[in-house]
Amino acid sequence: MNFNLPALRQQFPFFTAHPDWIYLDNAATLHKPQVVLDAMHQFYSQQNSNVHRSAHGLSQQATAAFEAARSTVAQFLNARCSHEIIWTSGTTAGFNQLVYGLMGPVLQSGDRVLISSMEHHANIVPWHIHALPFGVELDVVPLTADYRFDLAAFTELLKLKPKVVSISHVSNALGHIQPIAQIVRLAKAAGAIVVLDGAQGIVWEKVDVQALDVDFYLFSGHKLYGPTGIGVLYGKTEYLALLRPLLGGGEMIKTVSFLRSSWNDLPYRLEAGTPNMAGAIGLGAAILWLRQQDLVAIQQHKQGLVQRFYEGCKQIPALELLSGQTTNAGIVALNLKNEHPADLATLLDQQKIAVRAGTHCAMPLFQAINSKGSVRFSFACYNSFDEIDRTLAALTTAVELLTE
Amino acid sequence: MIRPDIFTETATALKNIYETQLPELRQLKDWQSKYRILMTLGKALPAFDSEWHRDEFLVQGCESKAWLLHYQDPVTTQHFWAFDSDARIVKGLIILLLVQLNGLTSEELAHAKPELLLNELQLQQNISQSRSNGLLAVLNKIKAVI
Repeated sequence: MNFNLPALRQQFPFFTAHPDWIYLDNAATLHKPQVVLDAMHQFYSQQNSNVHRSAHGLSQQATAAFEAARSTVAQFLNARCSHEIIWTSGTTAGFNQLVYGLMGPVLQSGDRVLISSMEHHANIVPWHIHALPFGVELDVVPLTADYRFDLAAFTELLKLKPKVVSISHVSNALGHIQPIAQIVRLAKAAGAIVVLDGAQGIVWEKVDVQALDVDFYLFSGHKLYGPTGIGVLYGKTEYLALLRPLLGGGEMIKTVSFLRSSWNDLPYRLEAGTPNMAGAIGLGAAILWLRQQDLVAIQQHKQGLVQRFYEGCKQIPALELLSGQTTNAGIVALNLKNEHPADLATLLDQQKIAVRAGTHCAMPLFQAINSKGSVRFSFACYNSFDEIDRTLAALTTAVELLTE
Repeated sequence: MIRPDIFTETATALKNIYETQLPELRQLKDWQSKYRILMTLGKALPAFDSEWHRDEFLVQGCESKAWLLHYQDPVTTQHFWAFDSDARIVKGLIILLLVQLNGLTSEELAHAKPELLLNELQLQQNISQSRSNGLLAVLNKIKAVI
């Protein structure tokens, strides 16, 4: 296979609609290839029926398409079976189910949970809501001086015997790729259940949950070229079986009387209510599309974009780069010395460069590095070197305006 | 303690901006020149004591912070403000709102649509959609004194 950028970009109708914009907010959400839109359109126009419970043949067809999407995800992650794939509305919802579900069966008062300084709020706040009020204690792996995961400190913190270790695969604010293989191995050796937040990692590299031996892995569809409102909570069967359902109703029950209910088998037990059928089918289509691409070539292309942008930024005085150039999944966070990131982002917006400014749902990270936030440039397979050069020119203009 | 002259000094600065920089902004066509002026507007304001960077005065925007102090003249019932922001463009945009609102009575304030000026200057196409810079939150807090 090879990498043909114009042909690839052609498959994303968004760029035809907005030819004058440069979209570098890919870590927030990715654009969708036409095949994903077609799959969803086809579902609503030709297959729409509620899944699982209706007796008619149309429902059976819809159920088949919906379950085929689940199998696609299971194969993509190399899960042992498709019931290890729980549909969620996204990573945040997945974390809320996971943390709530662990309370009681796995976590009790006095138990410890270990996260890192780079976590997204989705891997922080659910612990605050569902676990800390019941006496669970949260420990945090610090950053190294170059804002990387501190493996030495992690090893020390594992001596506190956390029951759960929950770490991001890739930092959403900095783009740094965490040493997940070592994290999982060390945490498992210390007897912990290991959770990886794959929201930014899933699109960067092939994830084999069995080879990694990770217990839970979460991601969102819309950050994998799929639709919004759909996500995945992968879990090993034996751990998913422990989780208490956060939401009740719909397909998640086996029997209900006025006084008690018994719950359905996996995966339905953790999927209350009518599921996002079109979303699941759209995500399935996105994964099938992705599997036809040359993932290694895409990875190299994104590394090349980071390299070109990073080198260009080094030529602009007063820029402070927070992200490192290597072991980076395609995100460059930076600041202009003494200026607010929002000002820099506004001046880029004026030049039709779409970036995100602020603390990127990782406020504790920016507290740890004593910063108001950053301007985040995030790259995807469909970005071009020409876009990088135009962005660098726009960045130079913005910096000149702010520093004159 | 809030120094009472902060309101009179801010009022003077806003009046000068209204008379000098605003006509200039109306003349300009290219975005760079407009933003160049917008970003320097804050310099004309009296110093905002860092002691006033308190949560009670904070308007929680999404990504940048703004602090608003308010004073109502008991005799004339006019409203006056003093403020600060940690982002220069937002500070400039707040100035462009307040040059129109500072010194108004409650009744005048209720009818004011200061955001129209930002549209006219093509600095902020639609204030209600600008979740990121918190300008709408600032405007709501200004109008909340009524």
